[in-house]
Amino acid sequence: MIQIQDLCIHFSNFALKNVHINIKKHEFFIILGPTGSGKTVLVESIAGIIPVNSGNILINGHDMTHAPPEKRKVGIVYQDYALFPHMTVLENIQYGLSYHKKSHDDRQRIHDLMAKTGLLHLSHRKPKYLSGGEKQRIALVRALAVRPSVLLLDEPLSALDPCFRDDIQKLLKMLHEQTGTTFLMVTHNFAEALFLGDQGAVLNNGIVEQCGSVESLYTSPQTLFVARFMGFKNIFDVQIDKSKAKTNFFELETSPSIVQEATYICFRGEDIQIHPKCPEPMPVNTFLGKIQNIVDRGPYCELAVHANNALIYAILTKGELLKNAYHTEKNVFISIPPLAVHYFN
Amino acid sequence: MKRQYDPFLTISIISCSVVSLFIMVPLLQMLFEPSWEIMTESIVDPDIQKAIWLSIYSSGLAAFISFIIGTPFAYLLARKSFLGKQLVEGIIDLPIMIPHPVIGIAILGIVGKHHWLGHFLHSIGVQVMGSVSGIVLVLTFVGMPFYINTVKNGFESIPVRLENVSRSLGASFSSTFFRITLPLAWRSIFVGIILCSARAISEFGAVVVVAYHPMNAPVLIYERFTAFGLKYSQPIAVLLILICLMLFVGLRLLTQKDREL
Repeated sequence: MIQIQDLCIHFSNFALKNVHINIKKHEFFIILGPTGSGKTVLVESIAGIIPVNSGNILINGHDMTHAPPEKRKVGIVYQDYALFPHMTVLENIQYGLSYHKKSHDDRQRIHDLMAKTGLLHLSHRKPKYLSGGEKQRIALVRALAVRPSVLLLDEPLSALDPCFRDDIQKLLKMLHEQTGTTFLMVTHNFAEALFLGDQGAVLNNGIVEQCGSVESLYTSPQTLFVARFMGFKNIFDVQIDKSKAKTNFFELETSPSIVQEATYICFRGEDIQIHPKCPEPMPVNTFLGKIQNIVDRGPYCELAVHANNALIYAILTKGELLKNAYHTEKNVFISIPPLAVHYFN
Repeated sequence: MKRQYDPFLTISIISCSVVSLFIMVPLLQMLFEPSWEIMTESIVDPDIQKAIWLSIYSSGLAAFISFIIGTPFAYLLARKSFLGKQLVEGIIDLPIMIPHPVIGIAILGIVGKHHWLGHFLHSIGVQVMGSVSGIVLVLTFVGMPFYINTVKNGFESIPVRLENVSRSLGASFSSTFFRITLPLAWRSIFVGIILCSARAISEFGAVVVVAYHPMNAPVLIYERFTAFGLKYSQPIAVLLILICLMLFVGLRLLTQKDREL
């Protein structure tokens, strides 16, 4: 569907280097990366807005590397909606139709899209009188109205209030399933990526750090950057001895599949088990520690536990915290399941 | 709670009053000085009517030429980065900075018969010196920088993402310009036209060098002042001010309506 081959784009202070990504038809592909990593540059180069220095962009098997944006059949939705302020909602949505072959079902299709997204009653309003969620729905319908092969979404949820964010997330999933269009979304939020994406790539400073299923990006990072970006807080240098990982602070039993060349291990806070008393029988990788700090993160709490001279971060629900009356300076036992331990070079 | 005294607010109010008086006192003095008889005499004077009309339509033409030539140029400056862009922007600002008789002399230098351009213009029957074409040329020269700078700022204020989305929806570059960029920049274009015409209608220094005749309003005011004194030059100035005021207030009202878009 989309093949990006050795794509290089140079600016005076930034470069996208040898980007290689394959996106299949109907896939929901996620580009993850921090601010300034080149996500928007990549998306705009696929849309034909930013010229490419070298490499190729193939869409549906056709080389579109130097084709103008209007010839690519690629829609784009920005985080700030980019609605045409001098046009009504309906005029915005119908804008692209005049540049495409007219089809007898256009009117019905647009009507259905507007109905599905709850926009029918807003048809004759101007964008400035609408909420962020409504504007983003219009931007989505406008882009899908011309039946693009690919829809590029540049952080479509970032500018929305949390109350609208969930709605638009569900809407994106629904539109992706019902229209069969290939979606490529840029985000720096891995919760969004997990909810929406099939496959994904992590960009760092213009380089693709890791490509694969979104699940694998989240659970099995392959570089230190990806691990940190994906929210791993427990990352340690290791030496591997058979299935044992020796850090400077403790020794962990890991999955037997661990490779001997691994130089880092990591595990997620939510995979750690916390026990108020020594568990019987004691699981492997269990250590005594002292709670150093508890941070309220809204729906959950993050505990910093000092064990074996290392600081280990664990995630607990508020219910568990209250039930076991955890507080700072309290001694606890932490268990790290071997299957929760990931490794990379 | 006692309201705190803010010395800056007082200074601001004083400076506002001083500036307003500085501008308004001489103008009001001039507006109310001519007697009713002299004013009515001036209104029906064909020379004055001709000069005021010439000022209005020559500055209107200068604004129209600026609109046609300056709009694509302003768009280029707003959207593209290129080597020497700052130099080009500096060149555009030159007519604002240099003394206006110098502009007249510079234009005379290239439209005379001894210059190839002047020679060419003469050969196709275009006379610049002492003609309406000359006045329009000079007024375009002095007014265009105001137009280009205003419209450039207007284009810059339109998010480029609107154009990107339009292109992604299938519109070509030119369709995008005419359906998205131009309607959104319309207010800036109006303001640019107002500024360009305002600058052009008040031009004297360059016009008097290139085309003393046919006389436009500023040249006629100067001529009446030197020949007959203040009493006979003031009514023309009053008429010019009143007509310009009506024109520009009208245009401003139009741009206010445009802002509602």
